[in-house]
Amino acid sequence: MAANSFIYTRRRITNIVALALSMVATLIGLVFLAWILWETLRQGIGALDLKLFTKITAYGEDGGLLNAMVGSLIVNLIGIAIATPIGVLAGTWLAEYASGTKLGESIRFLNDILLSAPSIVLGLFVYTIVVLPTTALTDGSTTFSGWAGGVALALIALPVIVRTSDEMLRLVPSTLREAALSLGIPQWKLTMQILIRAARSGIITGVLLALARISGETAPLLFTAFGNNYLTFNPSDKMSSLPQVIYQYANDPGDGMHAIAWAGAFVVTMFVLLLSLASRLVLSRNKVSHD
Amino acid sequence: MQANVGAVASTLAQEARAHRDARHDRLFGWLLKGCALLVLACLLGAAGATLWGGRHAFGTFGWHFLVSSTWDPSSDTYGALVPVYGTIVTSLIALLIAVPVSFGIALYLSEVAPPWLRTPVSSAIELLAGIPSIIYGMWGLFIFAPFFADHIKPWLTNYLGDKPDDGKLSWVAAHVPFVGKLFGSDYPFGASILTAGIVLAVMIIPFISSVMREVFQTVPSRLKESAYALGSSTWEVSWDIVLPYTRSAVIGGIFLGLGRALGETMAVTFVLGNAMQLSASILDPGASIASTIANQFSEAAGLQKSTLMALAFLLFVVTFFVLLIARWMLRQLAHKEGR
Repeated sequence: MAANSFIYTRRRITNIVALALSMVATLIGLVFLAWILWETLRQGIGALDLKLFTKITAYGEDGGLLNAMVGSLIVNLIGIAIATPIGVLAGTWLAEYASGTKLGESIRFLNDILLSAPSIVLGLFVYTIVVLPTTALTDGSTTFSGWAGGVALALIALPVIVRTSDEMLRLVPSTLREAALSLGIPQWKLTMQILIRAARSGIITGVLLALARISGETAPLLFTAFGNNYLTFNPSDKMSSLPQVIYQYANDPGDGMHAIAWAGAFVVTMFVLLLSLASRLVLSRNKVSHD
Repeated sequence: MQANVGAVASTLAQEARAHRDARHDRLFGWLLKGCALLVLACLLGAAGATLWGGRHAFGTFGWHFLVSSTWDPSSDTYGALVPVYGTIVTSLIALLIAVPVSFGIALYLSEVAPPWLRTPVSSAIELLAGIPSIIYGMWGLFIFAPFFADHIKPWLTNYLGDKPDDGKLSWVAAHVPFVGKLFGSDYPFGASILTAGIVLAVMIIPFISSVMREVFQTVPSRLKESAYALGSSTWEVSWDIVLPYTRSAVIGGIFLGLGRALGETMAVTFVLGNAMQLSASILDPGASIASTIANQFSEAAGLQKSTLMALAFLLFVVTFFVLLIARWMLRQLAHKEGR
């Protein structure tokens, strides 16, 4: 009897300790989240200034981030513009044409791997296939460009878009396909005009998520878009981007540079968080309209 | 007669149309397949391009490349050991911290927390995954590393390390093998292998915990209820029923986090100190493959550039296999469920 109650007490204590530890673990996660967001907000808002949006980085501590913001915008748009059509079509192939085939299964599997592949290696890949060949055409100056940066970001956005398109298309009820096919509609028309339209909001969510993912990426841009202290709208030029300037300024010993880096970090974080919020809203609105 | 001609004409038109549709369908199918094959091309291309770029380094240094800790641009001699060691140790530290914490979070969210609290808390944790790595890097460099240097590192070096400030070895450092070396450091700054490991841990916690939470919810409730009916406690159900049932997927989630940690560049570059030296102490600065590439590639030329490409190839191959195992393990549970 005594042994029994001893075991019972020990089990109860183990349970309480374990559950308390799980609470502590959750608190640890939340504390780090709050800590990171709080510092980004505090330091970022403290450094916010109108000149960030009107001056370029060439002025250093007295400058702003205008060229970086414009560069980020252009490079991200190039990335999304390349990755969206390819990603949606590839996702469509996986969902509509290749379900159950070996090739389809392996591509779906490899796409998931590409999703978390190290981005700096993808940057070096684009350096090899875009920057190096175009450099060979010049007198020896390296041709870093906004285009190369866009391609590198496209490689990172691609698997996100492929995966969401694939998943969203597989959610489209098969009655829709059967109805269309029974009317004699060719498959390409069915895919483009009915299925993709039915999965539209899911696909948009994927594109927004991909945009959120690439707008914070730094590593793949270091050796592709490189950076540029002057304002340019021409993607054939070297281009700066917010994350790249943050990286450069944070490593600078000057405090004034750190302040600008924090302001940039604040802008990037807000942009990314708002995008992921927007993507959730698009998806939830869609769910409501279908119910 | 008239009606016949009309019928023939319309049949012809129908056939032409059917042919056209078939042709369009075929072209469309090829287009789609081409796009999907691009995913494959990206992976092969990334491996191929880095292998091609690193061929001089592999050719010059041979197998010795992997075990040499020399990194000397002045004599153009490079070895991969320092960055490889840094990559592996920071990732292992990250896993040591992130796995128990993630399990705790998943347990709390699936078994302990009141239902109204689950969605907000899990969204908050997922928010961590959305924060760009450069922000982790900045926070690590300006906030966490100084905090670490002021509050955590002195304690670790004095009580566990073999190089305490006052010169008196603590009992642990004197009696437990390796611990003294592991925590001994006379380097005063916050950037270190351990700091990088902690920042990486915070980054991968949301990935591992969301996988764990997701798979914990796939455990059939009759299994859990049977255990509860036999008098099990919540902890016993989680440890003896839920965890064994989801074992393969949990390991998959951990490997997914490992894959992320191995390839992470920005967060690590800021807090690792970027010292090309091999040190037994995790409180000393080090270098990882990704941070070495980020720091040196722009200024590198010739053999050094090739070496960095070779390092990128090693990183890519290792993460590829880690992620392969991760996805394969995650799939095991899905098969079990008959999905």
